[in-house]
Amino acid sequence: MAKYEYSYYPGCSSQKGASGSNLQRSVDTMCEELDVKLNQIPDWNCCSASIGYGGGGVLPRMTLSARNIALSEQHNAGQDIVATCAACWLATKEASERFSHDSDLMADTNKALAEAGLKLENKTRIRHMVEVLIEDIGYEQIGSGVKKPLEGLKVAGYVGCQTNRPFGIDGESFENPMYLDKLVDTLGGESIKTYEKKVQCCGGALAFSEPVKSQEMIHGIIEAAYDNGADVIATPCPLCQANVEIYQDEINAKYGSKFNMPVVYYSQLIDVAYGRNAKDASLDGQVIKAKKLEEIAGK
Amino acid sequence: MSSMVEKYRNNFLKEVEANVEEGEWVKMCMQCGVCAGSCPLGKHWDHPPQEIFMMIRAGKRDEVLTSDSMWMCTSCYNCIVRCPRELPITHIMHGLANYAKRLGLAPKAQPTAWFSQVFWDNMMKKGRVNELKLGLSLYFKDGFVSGIKESLKHQKLGMNMMKAKRMSPMELFGGHGVKNAGDLQKIIKKAQEIENARIESYGK
Repeated sequence: MAKYEYSYYPGCSSQKGASGSNLQRSVDTMCEELDVKLNQIPDWNCCSASIGYGGGGVLPRMTLSARNIALSEQHNAGQDIVATCAACWLATKEASERFSHDSDLMADTNKALAEAGLKLENKTRIRHMVEVLIEDIGYEQIGSGVKKPLEGLKVAGYVGCQTNRPFGIDGESFENPMYLDKLVDTLGGESIKTYEKKVQCCGGALAFSEPVKSQEMIHGIIEAAYDNGADVIATPCPLCQANVEIYQDEINAKYGSKFNMPVVYYSQLIDVAYGRNAKDASLDGQVIKAKKLEEIAGK
Repeated sequence: MSSMVEKYRNNFLKEVEANVEEGEWVKMCMQCGVCAGSCPLGKHWDHPPQEIFMMIRAGKRDEVLTSDSMWMCTSCYNCIVRCPRELPITHIMHGLANYAKRLGLAPKAQPTAWFSQVFWDNMMKKGRVNELKLGLSLYFKDGFVSGIKESLKHQKLGMNMMKAKRMSPMELFGGHGVKNAGDLQKIIKKAQEIENARIESYGK
């Protein structure tokens, strides 16, 4: 039996062939190393993220999350739900909090769920994978498994928005959360404490609908990483990762910059520090290769 | 509520309180402007949140609901965590955007209003987002010719993503989804009916 076990909500971007499939692969490796078992919520659906509000009102959106929680309570009873995607975590946790404060909303939601024979109890904790790492496993234990310290790797810890606000990680500040830096240091890397764009918005879903406005922000996020001498940007969020990594060509064309900054996940850092190879750490999923990290993995 | 206070609550404020997500919080705004200063896209709002709140209180229904402003929200939640009165500003903006769209008052050709509907429809079709189709609908939103141009412009990005196995052409044919999308659609249809009935009954 695994040491830690959770009900798992992977979310759309984590699926095979999707934009965050590299996050999923690196999380699978990380969980192998940390003896964490993730039981996927059977037949989970999209939470509508933070952009579905144009098409869906409050009740339909909350009901989407309610179905996932209800399925988890039915099939993975007693297990906390864990998400790796910031928007999945936020939407599900927010729905769960609203249900516990608003009995009318809960009753209406259950009326809707009854259409497919489902019932929400709403007795499940909704957590982020980062919370599992920090609260359940702890820095000390994570550090004790490091085989290849990330020596000399300068990491700009980009926490972004939705892993940090409005819920965030217990004990951390909204303005300057330190957990990602602490994790980098625990893995033997060099966190950049002066990275000033740590909690700057990348535009989120508006990177699609308002690319010019969003890319202006993304430009600043990457520029600050260069200014601080970063080798790599690391983030917990799949949309942050994609937004900051994949538009660098377009940004270079517009701003005359020469950005080629790799953007990786915290899980990939853990995989490499735990001695796993580049493929297991899904470094082959980078659009901009994380060369220094690959070198450490290849040692 | 005392009659003195009631006198200053105009019809639009009451309507927002009844029909807009977290609308009952609007009256709590003290006009400090921290939300405006905290918004990453702040400079692009015609009316920052605190102005929207005051306009609601002043009964400026058309100006608020036809505004482009709340569609600037990136859902970064910075305003929420900084608001000294702890107003759920992000949710109110989502709520106003949804309500404006529901009433057909949202500005035409507003890109995020358009995208949020496309996202919803994409996701509801199979219960999970089809990223490839979502991306293509974005490129082809202004028709076939400009769609081809946009696609070519972003060709390298697409190739990069495919090479990294983070975009799959197979998503054009079927793609990921829940087992019984019909059941999910039934659930959501019911939720929509309940919500619509509540909003339609307002003022009756």
